[in-house]
Amino acid sequence: MVKRWLLWLPLCAFGVVIAVIAWGLYQPADRTVRSAMVGKPLPDFALAPLLPGKPGLTSADFRQGKPRLLNVFASWCVPCIAEAPQLMTLKAAGVPIDAIAIKDTAPAVTGFLRANGDPYARIGSDVHSRVQLALGSSGVPETFVIDGRGVIVAQHVGDIRADDVPGLLQALADAR
Amino acid sequence: MMAEGGLAALWFAAALAALQLLLGVLALRRGHADAAVAIRAVAIVQGGLAALAMVALIATFMASDMSVALVAANSHSMKPWLYKFAGAWGNHEGSMLLWVTILGLAGAAVARFEHRLPRSTLVATLASQAAIALGFYAFLLFASNPFARLSPAPPDGAGLNPLLQDPGLAFHPPTLYAGYVGLSVAFSFAVGALVTRDVGPAFARAMRPWVLGAWIFLTLGITAGSYWAYYELGWGGWWFWDPVENASLMPWLAATALLHSVTVLATRDGLRAWTVMLAVVAFSMSMIGTFLVRSGILTSVHAFAVDPTRGTFILALLVLYIGGALALFGARIGTVRQGRLFEPFSREGSLVANNLLLTVILGIVLIGTFYPIVAAAFGTQLSVGPPFFNSTTGPIALILVAVMAAGPLLRWRRDDPNEVAGRLFAPLAAALFAGAGAFVLGGPVGVLPLLGIALAAGLAVASVAPLARRNLRRAPLHLYGMVIAHLGIAVVLAGMAISSAWTQETLIAVGTGDPARVSDFTVRLDGVRPVVGQNWTALEGRLSVTRGEDAPFVLRPQVRYFTQPVTSTNESAIATRWDGQLYTVLGALGDDGRWQLRLWWKPFVTLIWAGGALIAIGGALSLAGHQWRQFRQRRRREEEAW
Repeated sequence: MVKRWLLWLPLCAFGVVIAVIAWGLYQPADRTVRSAMVGKPLPDFALAPLLPGKPGLTSADFRQGKPRLLNVFASWCVPCIAEAPQLMTLKAAGVPIDAIAIKDTAPAVTGFLRANGDPYARIGSDVHSRVQLALGSSGVPETFVIDGRGVIVAQHVGDIRADDVPGLLQALADAR
Repeated sequence: MMAEGGLAALWFAAALAALQLLLGVLALRRGHADAAVAIRAVAIVQGGLAALAMVALIATFMASDMSVALVAANSHSMKPWLYKFAGAWGNHEGSMLLWVTILGLAGAAVARFEHRLPRSTLVATLASQAAIALGFYAFLLFASNPFARLSPAPPDGAGLNPLLQDPGLAFHPPTLYAGYVGLSVAFSFAVGALVTRDVGPAFARAMRPWVLGAWIFLTLGITAGSYWAYYELGWGGWWFWDPVENASLMPWLAATALLHSVTVLATRDGLRAWTVMLAVVAFSMSMIGTFLVRSGILTSVHAFAVDPTRGTFILALLVLYIGGALALFGARIGTVRQGRLFEPFSREGSLVANNLLLTVILGIVLIGTFYPIVAAAFGTQLSVGPPFFNSTTGPIALILVAVMAAGPLLRWRRDDPNEVAGRLFAPLAAALFAGAGAFVLGGPVGVLPLLGIALAAGLAVASVAPLARRNLRRAPLHLYGMVIAHLGIAVVLAGMAISSAWTQETLIAVGTGDPARVSDFTVRLDGVRPVVGQNWTALEGRLSVTRGEDAPFVLRPQVRYFTQPVTSTNESAIATRWDGQLYTVLGALGDDGRWQLRLWWKPFVTLIWAGGALIAIGGALSLAGHQWRQFRQRRRREEEAW
């Protein structure tokens, strides 16, 4: 004969499933994909330059002792145009900004920078989104704060709005 | 006017469901004989009223009555009539109304045609059906009224999601819901049997046609849904382990297990508690499936409206019904007399093994589907994808197939391993031969596809083995049903293994006239031109395809643009040959004036859906066979009594 308490086991298992579902139901629906790389060193990469006179980008560039911003952008991306003034503000505040251009071409990026300003010290070309995926970035634009030892300390998903600027400056100061 | 009529019918149906529940309680508690008679009539009328409400909703959609909020939000006067018709259930409210309609009609059928069960069990079953229906009526009337009016009425509607503008939509939800609801009847039978403590072969025989019917519909629904995703989404895959796909797979797995255990109960009077348990699990999986689709708790390609209120309502119903049934199970099943026992090495033993393996797969799919929520509770964001599901369920499914091949060759009660080894010789030889052949001819592919091909061949031989040495004209119809259904699984497995091992893919940018090659096909883009449909425009590529010496043929993949609402879809163009399908998708136009083309050669991929159809046909034969035999037995008894 089966032990009596075993017969209540299905009800208990069901209770656990329901608890999980109920919890999930009342979580605010946040569909943002956050990178699992935050807190970890940058993956090793070396991206070729895209524009003449503008160097390419390697992971070693981020280990020079000063925190930097890494902006993942594309000339075909509309929110990237929206965040361009904020990047110019950050540049004016003395923040070094590097960029990875996703699936882009030299003429298109030249046109984009001419229209929206050029905040970038270096631009690496990532035609197949390989480095972007290695960073844990799911779209453009995204901005990463990298400390002086090449460790990713923060991620900003989406375009940078004017009220995001103080937070980014703070993150850069903390990474010092 | 039509909408108000429908709403009134819905309220009356809900009131009758309440009455049905009350009559059931009166009949069982107080032993009112009149109540036991009346409950059948009430159940029949309740089903009729629900159907009337559904008809009213379809009529409102056909008439494009934009003053009804649901029609305005989901339909458009320019839509082809088929999509106006199917649009009635291509949305949340309408699909829930369809749910209760099928539920009501099923209850009516039980009330009208079920004569095998003891009366008290039948009354308890109908009362349980009424309780389920009542919950869904409340859901409709209080949280998702399909007949709500808009004032002022808009000049025209917002349209239907273009992905859903497909003839398949007309049949897909009704098929799946028929499956879900069939399982609700099995659930009600189980609750009825627990209430009266009468779990035995008579109960199993009453339950079996409903389980079988539900299982046939679920099989058809999954097969058709898989083919829809394959050609409509334009990704070339046939199964994505998407939460909504899992929502349809989980009830199917539970129903498959239930189908086999209810057979043991009906013929051998074994597995009593297990069968009751599975009936509850199967229905809870259909409710969880409905919940997953309707609450939007998990992100899915089936982007339905996200609404936590509705999710809460369905969750409350889930807790009420399944929690209640499991509590009843815990309290009652200990007092049900134990069924007959059997040796582990026997037909029953193999069916238990099959049941356990199916349950394990079900558990894995359930955990995988909900794991993102559990992980989120611990602060991690992740999604569970095909690599997890394939690598966990794949090997277990292969073991399951091996058990499935051997099971029908075992005798009931007990069997002799030495004799069985003799019976298994032919299937084993076929498996080895096919596996070795695939390895030699096909070159290096993974272990799983090779194992799959070997097992498919073994299973195919083992499936027809029960017919060997039998008079084929005397063999009962339901035996043919089992043979064909098992053969169908072998065919599906072969299709999965072959297409996953030898699919070839080409992604290429071509100018007009450039050749592209995939497998032994040469594809040439003749040109791209705009075409106009009833409520869409499209860019249509004209591809001339040649294969060896065969006559050239033309494929026309499209990128379709819809205006109401604004969306675009990739309409793949597919050429079916006896040995597989050529699948073509037209992509974007590049700066250099070349078009992206995506070409796949998928050998024997069609076997997957052909096998699905075979499985369903097998189920239908089995259902017909059992019903025919019972009909004849009843006739004979009546003649003898005369």
